[in-house]
Amino acid sequence: MVTEYTTIGEIAGPLVLLTDVDHATYEELVEIELPSGEQRRGKVLEVNRDRVLVQIFEGTRGVDISSTKVRFLGKSLELAVSPDILGRIFNGLGSPIDDGPKIIPEMMLDINGNPINPYARIYPQEFIQTGISSIDGLNTLVRGQKLPIFSGFGLPHSELAAQIARQATVPGSESPFAIVFAAMGITFEEANYFIRDFQETGAMERVVLFINLANDPTIERIATPRAALTAAEYLAFERGMHVLVILTDLTNYCEALREVSVARKEIPGRRGYPGYLYTDLSTIYERAGLLKGDKEGEVREGSITQIPVLSMPDDDKTHPIPDLTGYITEGQIILDRSLHRKGIYPPVNVLPSLSRLRDKGIGKGRTREDHSNLANQLFSSYAKSKEVEELAVVLGEAALTDTDRSFMALGEEFEDKFVRQAIDENRTIEETLSIGWDLLSKIPRAEIKRISEEYIDKYLPGNKDIDAGGETAGKKPESGSETAEEQS
Amino acid sequence: MGAGRIIKVSGPLIVAEGMDEARMFEVAKVSERELIGEIIELHGDQAYIQVYEDTSGLGPGEKVTGTGQALSIELGPGLLESIYDGIQRPLNKIYEKAGSYITRGLNINGLDRDRKFEFTPDPSLKEGQEIKVGDLLGEVKETELIIHRIMVPPTLKGGILVEKPKAGTYTVEDVIARVKAGDETQDVRMYHRWPVRTPRPIARKLVPEVPLVTGQRVIDTLFPIAKGGSATVPGPFGAGKTVVQHQLAKWSDANVIVYVGCGERGNEMTDVLQEFPELIDPATNRPLMERTVLIANTSNMPVAAREASVYTGITIAEYYRDMGYDVAVLADSTSRWAEAMREMSGRLEEMPGEEGYPAYLPSRIADFYERSGRVVCLGSEGRNGTLSVIGAVSPPGGDLSDPVVQATLKVVKVFWALEDQLAFERHFPAIGWLTSYSLYHDNLSEYMRNEVSPKWAETRVAAMSILQKEGELKELVRLVGLDSLSDTDRIVLETAKHIREDFLHQSAFDDVDAYTRMEKQFRMLETVVKLHRACESAIQKKVPLKKLLELKAREGIARMRNIEEDKMEKFDEIQEGIEKEIAGYSADSRQVEA
Ligand SMILES: Nc1ncnc2c1ncn2[C@@H]1O[C@H](COP(=O)(O)OP(=O)(O)OP(=O)(O)O)[C@@H](O)[C@H]1O
Ligand SMILES: [Mg+2]
Repeated sequence: MVTEYTTIGEIAGPLVLLTDVDHATYEELVEIELPSGEQRRGKVLEVNRDRVLVQIFEGTRGVDISSTKVRFLGKSLELAVSPDILGRIFNGLGSPIDDGPKIIPEMMLDINGNPINPYARIYPQEFIQTGISSIDGLNTLVRGQKLPIFSGFGLPHSELAAQIARQATVPGSESPFAIVFAAMGITFEEANYFIRDFQETGAMERVVLFINLANDPTIERIATPRAALTAAEYLAFERGMHVLVILTDLTNYCEALREVSVARKEIPGRRGYPGYLYTDLSTIYERAGLLKGDKEGEVREGSITQIPVLSMPDDDKTHPIPDLTGYITEGQIILDRSLHRKGIYPPVNVLPSLSRLRDKGIGKGRTREDHSNLANQLFSSYAKSKEVEELAVVLGEAALTDTDRSFMALGEEFEDKFVRQAIDENRTIEETLSIGWDLLSKIPRAEIKRISEEYIDKYLPGNKDIDAGGETAGKKPESGSETAEEQS
Repeated sequence: MGAGRIIKVSGPLIVAEGMDEARMFEVAKVSERELIGEIIELHGDQAYIQVYEDTSGLGPGEKVTGTGQALSIELGPGLLESIYDGIQRPLNKIYEKAGSYITRGLNINGLDRDRKFEFTPDPSLKEGQEIKVGDLLGEVKETELIIHRIMVPPTLKGGILVEKPKAGTYTVEDVIARVKAGDETQDVRMYHRWPVRTPRPIARKLVPEVPLVTGQRVIDTLFPIAKGGSATVPGPFGAGKTVVQHQLAKWSDANVIVYVGCGERGNEMTDVLQEFPELIDPATNRPLMERTVLIANTSNMPVAAREASVYTGITIAEYYRDMGYDVAVLADSTSRWAEAMREMSGRLEEMPGEEGYPAYLPSRIADFYERSGRVVCLGSEGRNGTLSVIGAVSPPGGDLSDPVVQATLKVVKVFWALEDQLAFERHFPAIGWLTSYSLYHDNLSEYMRNEVSPKWAETRVAAMSILQKEGELKELVRLVGLDSLSDTDRIVLETAKHIREDFLHQSAFDDVDAYTRMEKQFRMLETVVKLHRACESAIQKKVPLKKLLELKAREGIARMRNIEEDKMEKFDEIQEGIEKEIAGYSADSRQVEA
């Protein structure tokens, strides 16, 4: 028989402090019964002799000191899983909220999971084609990666995330991704945008949703990504599915953590966020990847690819939430307000964006031999075009050399042709690469330094020295002697 | 020692009472599961314990027992090619036992007790002779690359060798020799335990004077680190800290590498684990893994063990240094170690210092880097060994005023500043040439002069000043445009561009470019500097700027990086080409004048 306590001594924010508790353990799941009969759940944050600090997921509104009952359940928060979770909608704590039947659990899993042994991982290397050039071409996503979208208020991150979910395929592999979607503190409309999209594309039967909306209990959000990742781990590693997890919006999650930290009167870290924010976020983001089988040399079916979405307060990349995220994830896709204002969708600023797993996921046999060279050249040429643009602002276009101007032209087309695409436009990797090569034909061949001669000869459209004979203000080494160089 | 009961659990910190016999920094076993913890504070009979495993499910009343030992690791044959967590539990064994996830209470020895090693005794040893700590007893071929020297460990006392070691195959636990110190006869085994927070003793320190050659041009040429030196590589996320550390782990000419993944990504460790056994060391033709020890306490693993991981790593490194090897420790990232300290300090309710870090942060950082050095090892042989330490720092927002960066800069001699602007342009390694520095230039100058080129220092200084001048000129151009520059200035810009794009830029992912030997580095830079000088004097001789900007030789310079290491004569060809071409133009312009 579970003992029931009515010994709440203090209530502060989402926390209650109980006294005279015989036995409670750290992280234990707690059930609370309000005077109204309403049931809530919580977890133990700290035990000090007979005093126990509990965080209530649904908040403490209506909790009183005299008659609220508390029970300790001797386990931590668990999620009931079975193949039937596909197609279902759960709340932020993992209880079904659609009209479907109760989940008859095949297993009960602790939502905190356990850390993956780095020795048991397999390095992700399989190219995922999202159909979006700024991602596939330059910041390539691979299966098992965690690649967040850094966005800002009013930017189309939901559209982009949904487009990725719709279009993502691994060329040559038939099975579509299962999708686990977790909403944390977003609005009904935003959540609905995804749900409608899943329904319209007939994806719903391979989607699991965990929904905590802006008007749902704040603290519940702390459990939401964990419940979602538990479902993902089950589908991936017990059921052998390739799972794409979309978590949105991590900023709301972090704010919930801050609320608890403040209520606990902890020494705050940067901008009031707790000092353990990095560690906490890593226990979410690191739950992605590929695993070895139970024995050495075996590969376990299934994978988890994570696309967390977060909004950068004030569009500031150095804010602790994007900053600490970037330190954990394997790159980031950064959306940019000025591109958005120019009407460019998706407004991906490729320069500060990064996919750390790109280099091993692309190239011969995966995408194409020239991919890596081409991507590096596009990065450096686009960066150069931005530099020139700045110069032009200060000195006027007249002060630019012809070469400079050719970079300006490349920059504009890069945004207009390469980055910009329609929300339902699904480009193959070959299409993406060939747009990239078209852009390079804008600049003098001698400026193409990051690509091997062999690939230039093979892929550069027209493959001629476009500015041969053009008079310039200097600053342009003569080209044309490559062939001789190559032979030697 | 002592047994007590838990009274409080707060994250990784637990408090136990009834611990009258406990000592500071003693290891304690917590609860029936025997989770490993370390006592970090004592108040009366209450011990504050940081637990190296997840504490969920623990509660008051559960048992805590002291072990009487400080946090120690096992040192002996079998360390190489291992992957350990922060407290030296082998992750491959954990995988065999527990599968893909790390579960709790798995106590597995750091060194395999069943593995046998073929031991060859030192032939000069005689029973009855005097023997000291650090003296050689014999050898084990640990891997094809590394001979593991078995020495009298500093945990024993020197004395009379009463039973000398014999050839044979032994496990690390077998007694191989006996040494009598006073009345006490001590058994010597191939392994011993050492407390990680205590530096291993040495005879004395020496000044480092040989470079740790890394094959990375911006490092070896502009900002070198000495064998036995210390360096830091701070930078914002994605700037290239880990790639720099991986490059050094792969290509630097240390004998033994200890790579500590401290609170970073799981996949980065997997990357090393998958890549190193396949990478062949050019000097020895053996897989790089044979000289490597990995410590992996990734970000999702328990925080307290993260704090311990850097000490575990450096202790293993000191042990190989004691054998007379050149060892390098790569710690990625020391910020995570500092943050783990901060977290424990917060839970202990200590007075916070800057940014919430404990006031003792700078001294802990200094103590850590102080364990680097070039030393004379203990033992009659007078072996020399070096221990180089390279730590990454991950400051919030890339801000170098971060307390961890600042405390680190006070103690290390080399600073590789990663700049995110360079990373955005995909100029890698993104080590900023105007902000980075090395304080080892003087120490290394003699070596460079003798081993690389007498013109070494001169060439490096010339290149550096061109880069500095470029920095100034770029400011000017931003204000008044390119046209206002003199021809000589234009030449500076052009040369600087070659230095940046054709010398400093180096791709880690290109087979030829990933590593450049010292000689080739010098020849590359020499070629650029020669071109510069030639252009400067051509300007004096009134050769038109346009001709100089369009020199064919520039093409050759752009492709220097692809010259094979055994074709150094190609540099002579390029340099001759430069001279001929410019001489031609000078002749032209003389004719024009005449
Ligand atoms: N020398 C290099 N050559 C080619 N690419 C590089 C090089 N250095 C860095 N990069 C690129 O930059 C990416 C980020 O580098 P890295 O992972 O080392 O960053 P980091 O500073 O360690 O970031 P974090 O602090 O988040 O761990 C790499 O994945 C790679 O794509
Ligand atoms: Mg890193």
